[in-house]
Amino acid sequence: MFICDLNQDLNSSHQRYSKAKTLSSGLWKSFLNLKSFLFSYFSFRMIYTKPQILKRSDVLMMTPWFAPIVWEGTYNSEILNEQFRQRNVTVGLTVFAIKKYVVFLKTFLETAETYFMVGHRVNYYIFTDRPEEVPKVALKEGRNVVVLQVQNYPRWQEISMRRMEMLSYFSQQRFINEVSYLVCVDVDMKFNDQVGVEILSDLFGTLHPGFYTAERRSFTYEHRPASQAYVPSDEGDFYYAGGFFGGTVTEVYKLTKKCHEAIMVDKANGIEAIWQEESHLNKYFLYHKPTKILSPEYLWDDNLGRPEILKKRRFLAVPKNHAAIRNK
Amino acid sequence: LPFPVVLSVLLVKPMFSPRIFSLISCRRTDVLLVSPWLAPIVWEGTFNRDILNAQYRQKNFVVGVATFAVKKYVRFIEGFLGSANKFFLSGHRVNFYLFTDHPEKVPSINLAPEKRLFIIPVQNYSRWQDISMNRMDIISNHIHSHWRYEVDYLYSMDIDVQMFEHIGVEIIDTLVGTISSWQYTKPRDSNSYERHPESRAAIPHGEGDFYYAASFYGGSVSEVYKLTTACFKGVTEDRANGIEAKWHEESHLNKYLLYHKPTRLLSPEYYWDEELIRPRIIRVKRLSSVRKDLQELERLTLLLGGLRELLVPCSSLDSLVSFFFCREAKCVL
Repeated sequence: MFICDLNQDLNSSHQRYSKAKTLSSGLWKSFLNLKSFLFSYFSFRMIYTKPQILKRSDVLMMTPWFAPIVWEGTYNSEILNEQFRQRNVTVGLTVFAIKKYVVFLKTFLETAETYFMVGHRVNYYIFTDRPEEVPKVALKEGRNVVVLQVQNYPRWQEISMRRMEMLSYFSQQRFINEVSYLVCVDVDMKFNDQVGVEILSDLFGTLHPGFYTAERRSFTYEHRPASQAYVPSDEGDFYYAGGFFGGTVTEVYKLTKKCHEAIMVDKANGIEAIWQEESHLNKYFLYHKPTKILSPEYLWDDNLGRPEILKKRRFLAVPKNHAAIRNK
Repeated sequence: LPFPVVLSVLLVKPMFSPRIFSLISCRRTDVLLVSPWLAPIVWEGTFNRDILNAQYRQKNFVVGVATFAVKKYVRFIEGFLGSANKFFLSGHRVNFYLFTDHPEKVPSINLAPEKRLFIIPVQNYSRWQDISMNRMDIISNHIHSHWRYEVDYLYSMDIDVQMFEHIGVEIIDTLVGTISSWQYTKPRDSNSYERHPESRAAIPHGEGDFYYAASFYGGSVSEVYKLTTACFKGVTEDRANGIEAKWHEESHLNKYLLYHKPTRLLSPEYYWDEELIRPRIIRVKRLSSVRKDLQELERLTLLLGGLRELLVPCSSLDSLVSFFFCREAKCVL
């Protein structure tokens, strides 16, 4: 909130100053032409309330390297939607439904149709080993489903980590030609509220819902120096969730390639990072800082309750039986 | 490679009573940090220059600064360049492009090794408004002809300013505007936008985000090229219709930045008009206009001429005069 009691001082000195200036610039009045005004090189108008005061003083809104942290109340959807529509942006949403995880696709796609990038062009990239089990979901205009057949692996950890390899391969092969931005999420989720263009940036990550209030020492970074995902205990900005990240295709390619290579090096050394690719992701984001960070509104589990700072729960975990669904 | 900077207090919970779910408080809760289109607004206390420097250095960018010292404004050159040499992007490569109609009057200044000065002769105009508005045209032509090969980012700054505090890589972004120090508290409708629909710079009532100062703006060369070309086109069309916008090219700049929103905004710390009392929310005055009252300047020149012999050695009278007007300078009189 700008300090209002200073208005008086500023106003009076401004009046003195502006009087002096208007005297010298009154020439145009005598040459007034009543041509109708044309917005010749601006073709639209946007009416919205003037940006004013800080609406959220309870949370961190920006990192020290100028990456905004996206919370409800910090952005204006109309302005952002207009900016992205002008650029005719297509967004790719990648999701992995390997083995029994295909059961999550129906809810995922249906809720995405309602809440994800509404009004913009979207390609859903579904990586699966069971293409015939991908449900048919009614899609709005400008939105497509692309099914990519991939292999599965016996262990769920392996499946999880191989996502990095598949993403980097397909980014280079295909996505770079089809979309401007990639959003990479987990499939065992559903959209519950607007997830729009406010998330798009060169490189973005999401604050893990379990750690956004935690001290650095509680972050579950990989702390064994033998792993490529090692983060020293006196370093670390945030703990990012492996289930929601993205950016431009180039940046996502760089991220996924780096993570995949690190995973392979670890494998060769017989070590697996504590939280699989999430650990590698966190290391990457520490040394290649994201340009935007999404608040836990963008990846939430209702088991964590409903704290007051969470004004919206946009992307929620779907309850699942871990034992039943993994490794099957 | 391990990252050289260990992030410290900024990201740790505050010492005072923490609410269970409160995230780390930012150090500034008194001002707007992020615009509604999620462009950061640069205030003291909101950024860590070490992290930014580390990110920037990897890319080996060159930044250009275009400034105009025409007619009597040549007296500001020394103060500008001297302070910019010390405080502007120190340690990074900068090309200063100084346009002047009196190239012989440019004092010699010892610049830091990574800073270069290019003196470009330019014609003057009888009206100061014309000098001011034609800057856009000159900048856009120079970008097109050779600056796009020489620099990655370009900033346009008024010459009658001095820097008192470091201005670093926090200003580097695709399209950057500075929030005017006169206008940042104003409600939208009393903003100094051009309102008369006949002008190309007109902004209808009910529209507008911030009022940007034309004294300091910039961005990537391609974005600044687009901005200056569009603004000068507006100026030319207005001239053809016999109109001049209320605040000259600043009105056109504001219209452009309303419809092509900046990707980063600089708080009034980055251009503070010296006539204003500085409120508490402006914690640092990085760049400030220097008193332009030329009569007073001349009177003082005569006065100081007499006292010259008594003073501690000063290189030139002009520098003494500009030194005297620089509030933070300690001068023995």
